[in-house]
Amino acid sequence: MQNAVGSAERVALALRSLYNQYGYSQYKMSKFEEYDLYARNKDFLISDSVITFTDTNGKLMALKPDVTLSIVKNSKDQSSVQKLYYNENVYRVTKGSHGFREIMQVGLEALGPIDDYCITEVLLLAAQSLQAISGETVLDVSHLGILKELTDSIGIPNDSREKLVKFISEKNSHELTALCQEAGIREDQIELLRWLVSTSGTPDTVLPQMESMLSGLVSQQTLTQFHNVIRALDGSGVEKLLRIDFSVVDDIHYYNGIVFKGFVNGLPGSVLSGGQYDKLMRKMKRASGAIGFAVYMDMLDRLEQPDDRYDVDTVLLYDETVSLSAIRQQAQCLTAQGISVLAQRTIPGNIRYRQLLKINGNEVQFLENNA
Amino acid sequence: MKTMLNIALPKGRLGEKVYAMFEKAGFPCPSIKENNRKLIFENEECGVRYFWVKPSDVAIYVERGAADIGVAGKDILLEYEPDIYELLDLGLGKCRMAVAAKADFRDDTRKTLRVATKFTNIASAYYRSKGRDIDIIHLNGSIEIAPILGLSDVIVDIVETGTTLKENNLLVYDTIVPISARLIANKTSYKFKGSEIDQILRSMAAQMEESK
Repeated sequence: MQNAVGSAERVALALRSLYNQYGYSQYKMSKFEEYDLYARNKDFLISDSVITFTDTNGKLMALKPDVTLSIVKNSKDQSSVQKLYYNENVYRVTKGSHGFREIMQVGLEALGPIDDYCITEVLLLAAQSLQAISGETVLDVSHLGILKELTDSIGIPNDSREKLVKFISEKNSHELTALCQEAGIREDQIELLRWLVSTSGTPDTVLPQMESMLSGLVSQQTLTQFHNVIRALDGSGVEKLLRIDFSVVDDIHYYNGIVFKGFVNGLPGSVLSGGQYDKLMRKMKRASGAIGFAVYMDMLDRLEQPDDRYDVDTVLLYDETVSLSAIRQQAQCLTAQGISVLAQRTIPGNIRYRQLLKINGNEVQFLENNA
Repeated sequence: MKTMLNIALPKGRLGEKVYAMFEKAGFPCPSIKENNRKLIFENEECGVRYFWVKPSDVAIYVERGAADIGVAGKDILLEYEPDIYELLDLGLGKCRMAVAAKADFRDDTRKTLRVATKFTNIASAYYRSKGRDIDIIHLNGSIEIAPILGLSDVIVDIVETGTTLKENNLLVYDTIVPISARLIANKTSYKFKGSEIDQILRSMAAQMEESK
């Protein structure tokens, strides 16, 4: 049957029920927010262009370019973890486009005293969200704590760190090598960083390598936490999607700990992005931690529909000689069989249909079959 | 049907050199050598499709997934900052991004510096890092005449041999960054066509090692 709902709507429904199953409650919010919130946290936003307007009381307001900041702003430090999800439109300039776009974004946040189970659960839900989108997906997972401790141990100068992180995110081992050589880093340590850059593999392959390559340079506590969280997903049905890939590096001023990005075969960039953002919580004067992710629903329009060769299954033609109830009956009879019907007096231009029927008196005439 | 690896090649001499490297890496497509105006070439047996695009567009094709991999100049990557993986410096098409001006140029720091360039992003980032206030003038070509006609104080442009500059009485004042051709990959393609991309990466690295 022809697919009546678009990919984005179908996925949004599936995600909503998935998050509900794990006790996350929907968080509804206004489309507006005080502009000041974004001015103070510009680097957290994907693009720093924001649609602003002056409210009746003279306050400068903005159409939300992001949801997480508003959720954090309205959160309170609590003894239990607040589990929320949202399905909202945001307004921002996407890269390469020269204007603002309205983008549907679905996401999930856990705020409060988050523990390793919380992190595992969010990773599981991120992977299952990808599975709801397509059968061919990958979830790249990294840990910014590992990266930070490693660069500290190796002694990368502070002014080179931002560049180093950029090269890691690009898997750019040639420029990383040049940068480290310039900074006087030892050859064996540069080799280690090159390994880090080129690594992209399943937990079964990469976790044992990490133990041997990184112990001594990264604390056992950090390595164990990463290991435990990833291993806790064994047998969950999503473990095959996981790749450990250190090129996932979100803004180190906001994120810490586990970070991840989801990819779907056929869609050019990441469709899902998230991680632990305790640092943003500190900036917003919250004592607790937080982890979450967002799914960029606007990208799903490009997913191929399983069967979108036809706009409608049947075009049902009628004329003034046919009684109203006969047309109604015929249309209803077809839809009851799961066949979509477009009843018209003439065939609309540019429409692709599987079959063409015509009602003549009490009979249905078969005119065309394109199936 | 076998999935195809889509490769965007930059039109021109660099593209031809790079194609030879892809061919050696196990992805030949003999029809590409036929002299005609076609832009897309396929070798279904090897599962590869090549296409010629404007050199400055390669990064866009790769970032948006129309090409899985491609070869682009570092100047383009710095200017457009596409969200891609930069896997290898091919060491081809070597040149540098430089600041050039008339021979008698003296930087008067009391005034805003007028900079003519095709690479506005690179030029602004460079002067921002120096804390210098500039007025960017975006031009699409013949940048060299801007200082001569008094349109700008300096230019930021690619310098290969320096002949064009010399002929227009300009001198290089500063090198911003060395430039060469890079092998780039789409992030999603790297996840799903990783083994083919890795094969190319390894072979090209080996070919460069051999030619050293």
